[in-house]
Amino acid sequence: MGAKYFGAAVKRREDPRFLRGEGRFVDDVKLAGMLHAAFLRSPHAHARVRAIRTDAARSMPGVVAVFTFHDLERWMKPLPLFGAVPPGLAAAIRFDIHQAPQYALCRDRAVYVGEIAAMVVADSRARAEDAVDRIEVDWEPLPVLVDMRAAVGSSAPILYPDWGTNVAVGFTHGIGNVDRAFAGADVVMSETFHVQRYVGMPIEGRGAVAAWDRRDGSLTTWNSTQVSHFVQQGLAGLLGLPHHKIRVIAPDLGGGFGTKASGYAEDVLVPIAAIALDRPVKWVEDRREHMMAAAHARHQIHEIELAATRDGTIVGLRDRIWLDLGAYNVWGIVLPYNTVAHLIGPHRIRDMRVEFKAVVTNKTPNAPYRGAGRPEAVFAMDRAVDCLARQLGMDPAEIRRRNYIRADELPYDLGMPYRDGNPLVYDSGDFPAALEAALEAAGYAEFRRQQAGLRARGVYRGIGISGYVEGTAIGPFEGATVKLDLSGKVQVATGAVNSGQGHETSFAQVAADALGVPLDWITVVGGDTAAVPFGVGTFASRSAVTAGNSIADAASQVREKLVKAAATLLEASPADIDIEDGQAFVRGAPGSAVPLGRVVQASIPTFAKPGVASPDFEASAYHHVPTVTYASAVHVAEVEVDVGTGHVKLRRYVVAHDCGKVINPMIVEGQVHGGVAQGVGGALFEEMVYDEEGQLLTGTFMDYLVPTAMELPSIETVHLEYPSPRNPLGVKGLGEGGAISPPAAIANAIDDALAPFGVRVTETPASPAKILALIEPARP
Amino acid sequence: MKPAPFDYLDPRSLPETLQHLRQHGDDAKILAGGQSLLPMLNLRLARPAVVVDINGIPALDTLSAERGVLRVGALVRQRRFERWATEHLPLVGAALRLVGHAAIRNRGTVAGSLSHADPAAELPALFLCLDGTAVAVSLKGERTIAAHDLFQGPLTTSLASDEIVTETRWSLPASGAGWGFHEVARRHGDFALVGVATVVTLQDGRIAAARIALFGAGPTPVRARHAEQALSGGVPTPERMRDAARAAADSLDPQSDIHASAAYRKRVAATLTERALVDAVARAKDYRA
Repeated sequence: MGAKYFGAAVKRREDPRFLRGEGRFVDDVKLAGMLHAAFLRSPHAHARVRAIRTDAARSMPGVVAVFTFHDLERWMKPLPLFGAVPPGLAAAIRFDIHQAPQYALCRDRAVYVGEIAAMVVADSRARAEDAVDRIEVDWEPLPVLVDMRAAVGSSAPILYPDWGTNVAVGFTHGIGNVDRAFAGADVVMSETFHVQRYVGMPIEGRGAVAAWDRRDGSLTTWNSTQVSHFVQQGLAGLLGLPHHKIRVIAPDLGGGFGTKASGYAEDVLVPIAAIALDRPVKWVEDRREHMMAAAHARHQIHEIELAATRDGTIVGLRDRIWLDLGAYNVWGIVLPYNTVAHLIGPHRIRDMRVEFKAVVTNKTPNAPYRGAGRPEAVFAMDRAVDCLARQLGMDPAEIRRRNYIRADELPYDLGMPYRDGNPLVYDSGDFPAALEAALEAAGYAEFRRQQAGLRARGVYRGIGISGYVEGTAIGPFEGATVKLDLSGKVQVATGAVNSGQGHETSFAQVAADALGVPLDWITVVGGDTAAVPFGVGTFASRSAVTAGNSIADAASQVREKLVKAAATLLEASPADIDIEDGQAFVRGAPGSAVPLGRVVQASIPTFAKPGVASPDFEASAYHHVPTVTYASAVHVAEVEVDVGTGHVKLRRYVVAHDCGKVINPMIVEGQVHGGVAQGVGGALFEEMVYDEEGQLLTGTFMDYLVPTAMELPSIETVHLEYPSPRNPLGVKGLGEGGAISPPAAIANAIDDALAPFGVRVTETPASPAKILALIEPARP
Repeated sequence: MKPAPFDYLDPRSLPETLQHLRQHGDDAKILAGGQSLLPMLNLRLARPAVVVDINGIPALDTLSAERGVLRVGALVRQRRFERWATEHLPLVGAALRLVGHAAIRNRGTVAGSLSHADPAAELPALFLCLDGTAVAVSLKGERTIAAHDLFQGPLTTSLASDEIVTETRWSLPASGAGWGFHEVARRHGDFALVGVATVVTLQDGRIAAARIALFGAGPTPVRARHAEQALSGGVPTPERMRDAARAAADSLDPQSDIHASAAYRKRVAATLTERALVDAVARAKDYRA
């Protein structure tokens, strides 16, 4: 296969329709006779439901139905849970895990503000909301857990009494001999770092439309999800229908970020209502609902210690980690162990011990969000490394040079399992090269030369570094089907779901090269369960690797079938047939070329004769990945702090990264930019804030601050390509990386800018008020 | 997030509008640019029985300046005011660029922001700083309300429920006056955590008059009258401006919220006021007798 498209900065094929406002999102699905749902959500963080009176709501104009748990009891089964311990991991670490069942509607109590207590279906959304206002619930408020560390105290009420604890995931894990390492160290750096609760905020919220076809007992549901096959599996179990009777379609998505990869009550309530009422039903999440009821994320505390020798060599790492899961432990070990598996990152550390407590509180449940435990780990680690450097009087770049694993040490075995249970072995990359490339692009040395002069003029600028190594593209597989139609044009279908990553372009690039056809012959279909029988979905930076390799595999199989058919048609040996640019020809005889459409048509039987081959130009592949492949990057941020107001301005941002072979550099850069923007949000702006009663204080975009283009500098990207040896295309995952390092890099830059004040940023977001509070006591 | 039911009225004249307002009083809300009202309706924080849409009354969409007074009709969008001000009233031009984003200012009206009276918004503070007056009309007649009488509290004005602001009048500072404007917001376009507008005129090396209006630091925007008086007649030394800025901040009684504490607002009010005074003095022409 030639590489005509792979690696080229092909313009995104999906963009014209988005730019023209012609995308088809779930809210664009409009069906005849469609009804609209609205939900009554708990106003209490923790309260028993004594009674729900729905009579007044039912009699409101336009209302078709009001459902509570008891009205739908036969369908009320626990929602899906994820994150079981894989065998390889269970063999190494003992996890204490509790996962409480979560129902689509409150059974007898609500455990967070926003949990659904009742559903109204009416002839318009506005009327459904009017009726929601008329539902009366007799709530009995119960004690509330809001502080993750206090929730483990002896006086804390237990949210799920049968657990006997509020710790939903507890474990300790060590490599080497950390106590000996600390005992032999020259210096120890200790600090506690807080990563706030911040979340995926797709521009399009969640949403679902469902239509029940009573004639053949089949359900079609459009869902703004990253995981249509998971939604299908959940519905099949719940409704007792065969999978092929349930078609889940993820239409155009306005972002996902992991937030749309969780299992949600609405995913099942909308289809249930459509079946119960035998009418199509739509629900589209509004922003208020998104804030309180779409998955939250992050929210960790790290009590971290680094031991080092006087020359800056890090010899030991201890970390006591807390994670506030919110009210349900939906994701098991995923977030806790992701954090642990990414703590060491690019550093050569052989002795480590971590103690992990993931705790339930009365808040919206957490789920993986772009980075999924990694930004938290990297914030703690890279802040700690900078604090250690300060303690030792070393430059932050120099301490990293000393501790980064060298390229000649790869493959590098950390001596522990990855989250999938397989050995955690870095496969390829060059972390010191990424460091130097980022420093060079950022003009680090020149910055250092100018910094003191600027300070003398009252200009406080700082530069900060953060590096990570990221396990990407978790398996086990993704499904892909490639098939040609009668004209020889190609449909590529996959279980991966495009939520803005440019799948329609990069997957077409992969398929076009594998088949030997022009790019515009290819249509990519993602996220439609009817198009691919088995699929997983898009999350965990996995689709380029898992779907990309499946597509390449399936396309190669189809190409072989085409070669055989063309050989018969052209009366040549298959070994002499080549396919390029959509033409099959006998090698060395360009005059023999026939378009692939001809090959397909010649394979169709006619009244006169059978075809030259079976017209089966279709193949499916389910590429299995052995384990994750490791992407890596070094980010450098430059900030200026106004020491009169505490305001931080991000001046420059540089990313030197390795995502293996680059399919499309323009898409890769876009992914990096989007990730960085979200990381900047975590560093400076975004936080879900609750009060002591567990009430969410950030319910709108006036309070929950997502950065805009105005807050972002143009982001400079350096591509370093170290092909992955773990898949045929040599690609690595990229989707999340941009979001991992910005909080650490920016906080490091703020510390650096404010070095004359000796401040230490220990939490994000670094709001003006927090920064000024650090500066004030240190003012001369 | 759909509004509670309301009746929608779209009068085509001012008298018709005034009839509606008299009939519905407190049950009515006036819709101009809708940049504050519509979110409040959708969040069901505002549940008026009647929305009176004045966008169909072109007579309210006028902007004219004569003899040092700018008259801005009730339907004039912030963006239009900004374009005019960038040339003629740079204090307002600079401040309006920080109001939301261009798309918001293309819809939002000047009178709407003043009538909404958000204490952290720029326009009420500018209005107060420039000693503006609002023309309020009801079926009972017309009256003018000075800026310092208009703002009564958070989202509260002295307008009666049957009144509408038909015009705001802005007196332009004396030629040669300098100005300053500073605010701290979490992001560009956000409501300010705290901010300040200043106007200073100089004569013979001394401050002839100073105006200081702070916002985001109390229930309404406020003029720092004591600090203004303390500056008046004095040489604008760095110490005098710093003292005045501190005095201005000391008179504030700000609120704490999730973005900043009251103490932060007070502290930063002093910093920003000092900067805005320094800027204003630097921009002012010194008239020598």
